[in-house]
Formats: sequence, C-alpha cells, structure tokens
Amino acid sequence: MNLGSILEQTISQAFGVNAMVFAMAVIGLNVHFGYTGLLNFGQIGFVAMGGYGLGMSITIFGWNPWLGILVGLVYALIFALLLGVPTLRLRGDYLAIVTIAASEVLRILVRSTTIAEWTGGNTGITNFAGAFYQFNPFTERVYDFGPFFYTGPNLFILSIGWPLVLLVTFLIWQLMRSPWGRVVKAIREDEDAARALGKNAYWYKMQSLMLGGVIGGLAGILLAIGNSTVQPDYFVPVQTFFMWTALILGGVGRVWSPIVGSMLFWGLLTATDGVLRGFEAEGWIPRWLMNASQVGQIRFMLVGLGLALLMIYRPQGLFGSREEMMLDAR
Amino acid sequence: MPADTAGALAGVAHQPGVDKPDPILVVEGMRRSFGGLLAVDVDKVSVQRGLITALIGPNGAGKTTFFNLLTGFDEPDAGTATFDGQSVSGMSSYKLANKGMVRTFQLTKSLTRLSVIENMKLGAKDQKGESFLRAFVPFIWRYQEEEIEDRAEALLERFQLSHMRDQYAGTLSGGQRKLLEMARALMAEPMLVMLDEPMAGVNPVLTQSLLEHVKGLRAAGITVVFVEHDMDVVRDISDWVVVMSEGRVIFEGPPDVISQDPAVIDAYLGAHHDAPLTEEQEEQQIARAEAELADSEDDIT
Repeated sequence: MNLGSILEQTISQAFGVNAMVFAMAVIGLNVHFGYTGLLNFGQIGFVAMGGYGLGMSITIFGWNPWLGILVGLVYALIFALLLGVPTLRLRGDYLAIVTIAASEVLRILVRSTTIAEWTGGNTGITNFAGAFYQFNPFTERVYDFGPFFYTGPNLFILSIGWPLVLLVTFLIWQLMRSPWGRVVKAIREDEDAARALGKNAYWYKMQSLMLGGVIGGLAGILLAIGNSTVQPDYFVPVQTFFMWTALILGGVGRVWSPIVGSMLFWGLLTATDGVLRGFEAEGWIPRWLMNASQVGQIRFMLVGLGLALLMIYRPQGLFGSREEMMLDAR
Repeated sequence: MPADTAGALAGVAHQPGVDKPDPILVVEGMRRSFGGLLAVDVDKVSVQRGLITALIGPNGAGKTTFFNLLTGFDEPDAGTATFDGQSVSGMSSYKLANKGMVRTFQLTKSLTRLSVIENMKLGAKDQKGESFLRAFVPFIWRYQEEEIEDRAEALLERFQLSHMRDQYAGTLSGGQRKLLEMARALMAEPMLVMLDEPMAGVNPVLTQSLLEHVKGLRAAGITVVFVEHDMDVVRDISDWVVVMSEGRVIFEGPPDVISQDPAVIDAYLGAHHDAPLTEEQEEQQIARAEAELADSEDDIT
C-alpha cells in the first residue's frame, strides 16, 4: 500500500472538479437551508437545469455559448419558480417533498426517448464546450503540481471555477450581513414573527429559493463545461444527499462550510477508497468480509459511520457554534 | 383609569357592538368556522383610538381566533374590517403590519438564533437594505441602518434589555422574551399594538413592569388591544373591556362594571352556579362526605 499516492489522490480530489462543482451547489443549498430554513432536497435538479440549459442552447438551438450560460441560469430560475409558487405558502415539509420529487421527475424526463431530440436521451448532450476551451491557456496535456497533477482542460475549469466559488461566497457573506439577510434569517427562525413585523415572508422565501437555485445552476454550468458533457444519470437524488452531507460536515449557515465541507467530503471519499483498496491488496482484510469489488460500497458505509459519529460528537459541524445549536433544543 | 380617557368613552352605552366616538379599528359581521364549529361570530366591534381595550372571555371563547382574524393571520369566512379609515378586509398580515397594526404572540416568538439587537432591528419598517439588489450596496442602507440601531438601543434601554444586546435571543428568560417582543413591535412605529396574552407565564415582578410598559404605550398615543385571562390585570390597565363567549361578543363596558354584569358572570361561572341544590343532590353530597370521614377513621385505627 502506497500511503503517499493515497494522500496525493486525496488532495487532488479535494481541489478537483467534483469538489468545486459541489462547493458551488452547496453554497446554494446553504442559502436555502442554512440562512432561510428552506428544506430543499432537490438541489441536484437545479444543477441539472444549469447544465442542460447550457448544453441545449449550444447544440440544439445553436446559440452563442455565452448566451448558453445565461440560458442555464434562467432554466434554474424557472425551476425555482415552478417549485416555489405552489409550495412556499405551505409548511416547510411540502417544499422538501416537492423538490426531491421534482428533481427526480426532471432526470427521468430528460433521459426519456420522447424528448431525446432536445435532451439526448440517456446519453445526454456531449461536445458542446469547445467554444469555451479555445480560451484555455493550459494547452499541455498534463500539469504537475509537485506530488499531484491536473490535465490541461481540468486545470482550465478549476482556474475559473474556484475563483468563482470564492466570489459567490463573498457575495453571499455580504448579502447575509445586510438587512435582506436579516429578514431571511428571521424567516428561518419564525416565519410568523417576520410577517407580524411587516415582512412579506412568501416573497423573501421565493427570492432565496431563486438565488440558491441559480447558484446551483451555475454549479451545473461549471460541471457541464468541465466534463464537456451532461448526462442524465449524474443527476440522481443521492447527489443532493452528498451535498447535504458536505453542508452539515462544514456547519449549516456558515460562510466557509460549503467550500470546506465539499473539499472534505471528496477528500475523505477518495482517502477511504484508497485505504480500503490498499488494505485489500495487502491481504489485511479477509475475503469473507470484503473483496475488491465491494470497496465502492464499503467506503460509503464508512463515510456514513463517520457522519453518524460527527452528529453525536460535533453536531454543529466544523464551523458551527455549539452554543447556537443548543438554542434550538429549548 | 385616567380621567381623560374615561371622558372619551363616558357617554358610550355598555352594550355589545356599540360605536365609539373615534374608532381606529372597526370590524363588522366577522365569521370564522372550523368544520361545524362557529368559532367566531362577531356582529360588530369598534376600538377607540388611543385607549387600552381588553378582550376577555372564558377558555374557548374564540378570543385568539378573533385576534388572528383581526391581524390577518387567519382569513374570515365573512366580514369586513376598517383600520384607520381604510378598508383592510382580507389584507394579509404583513401588509397590515406595514399599515401600523403590529401584533405579538401568546407563545413568544423571539428569533432564537439572532442576537437581541438584530431582533430589534428587524422590526423597523421601510428598510432600504431589505431589497435584494440594494442589499449588495451597503452605502445605500448604511446610514439608515445606523439610525435604526440608535432607535433600537434606546428602546432596549427603556425595556431594560441593554445588557443582553449581543446575546442570542434564545438565551433570554421567558419574561425577557415578552419584553423583547413588545420592544420589537415598537420598532415598527405602530398605531395599534395587538398583544396576545402579554402576561401569560410571566412572574409577578415582571408583570408589574410589563403593565407599566403597556400604560406607557397609551401615554405615547398608541392604541392597545390585548387578550388576557387575569382579571386583576384587566382592571388595572384597561379603559374598555370587550367580553367574548362562544364566539360572540356578549358585553362591552368599562372594567369596573364588567364583574357585575349577569351575562359576564354566566359566561365565566355557568348560568346555574349559585342556583340552590335539590334535596336529592344534597343528600348525595352528605352521604359522600360521611363515607370519606369513615374512611379516614379507618386509617387512624
């Protein structure tokens, strides 16, 4: 077992495309749940909307790629409106039910053969990101960063994505310190109290749903450009749950938790995978307990176990405040 | 009851639905039913401007439902409402609040994970920074924010919460939360404050202080309507009392006469509470008492 290479893998994943896309999507989720208290279990649907909006407008409609980015964001915005209009007047649980269902309906819809001429069916949409890569300054195949490396195209999307993640983080931080942020946090605490003080809770929840949704859409656009493809089966509900995991890992309602939570999540997933495979190869794990083909599943079990322990010993996540957390119990 | 306020309603008849000389709030024909139960069926209530009006009644009289209808937190099946001369029928709660009718809740709604000062600042109306786009440009709202903060601090001082300024509201005691909620309502500069059981679950010392604050509202020209159970409180601070029972208004009048009104006594104590017992019932009671006595003697021996 090569510990050094496991560490390299872990670090390269923690800064990789997956973590970057997650960080962006989780910022949106944090706006929804962490600041406004909206239970969104369909964030991956917003990501899909962003990706498909971009892919469709380039390959199907033949529009300008930059316009495609706008279309992706508008798709996510429309998705937010569709989900929010019927549910945000109701109790919070309804949004949870509708978002998880809608994101799954969306995935099944885009992979269906009926509308395959627009969405590409189960193969999705491919080869549309070329227009963006003409700006790629990283023309070599592989770039070495000491122990680990990124391919040129990867480095391109990372060098755009991570600064964008930081920019959005900054904007959200700014927003949540403003009176607007105070209103949404008040709605998180008690919607009726906010209404009694003259705040249109419904409209603020809608704004928050749209904002977090559009950030999710932006994550989808980064994903689509990074992979040069959108495929329906990436957008499964479990992705949303991974995003929740990352958010809780970092600490709900904190500025840095989406970034750090996403990096940790992908890093840990890679590390457990590497260690398990290493152990298995060394013959330290008896065959009746686990074989090499089961590593993929077992690592999720371990991550689940880790989360359970986190909930017991540090329920507020890495950045959360325990004092604040305990207030809820009263 | 102060002399001047007594004057304002001196000539007003003591009967349900009576018109007031200068009403700030008038509701007519307000009905709300839950399934087969007609919870609120109020023909007319008007509230005199600048006074403290108490809304009382036995449990299940429909006070809180009526309160929710008045404040837009529930929609009536029928009825009209006029606030400060404008029709506000069917208006939603937040719009009513912006028009100057601000309510508190029976179970206090302190915003637990916001600091006390943030709770207060939330109450201010017409904040420029509450619009999404302007929120990104602090210099548009920073000046207003400072003004609001000054006002909030002055109110905290008055309500003796200054020392808790930066604490989470969730760390306050029950009574402090009542104070905070009242102070926060004042941040909205209301014309009419609606208090839903402001004294419930508050210790006697704090009750006194809360009472003084409510009187202070009247002194500042704010109209107060409050729901209350405690008759001592009602007698102490209210200028006018509206009594509800089984969804209807059964009596209106100044606090010193309500306890003499037969309709009110019936509503609280039941129509036959002092009717004489029949001979049969009397015998049963005596028998029961004797049986108990016999039991206790057994215990001794």
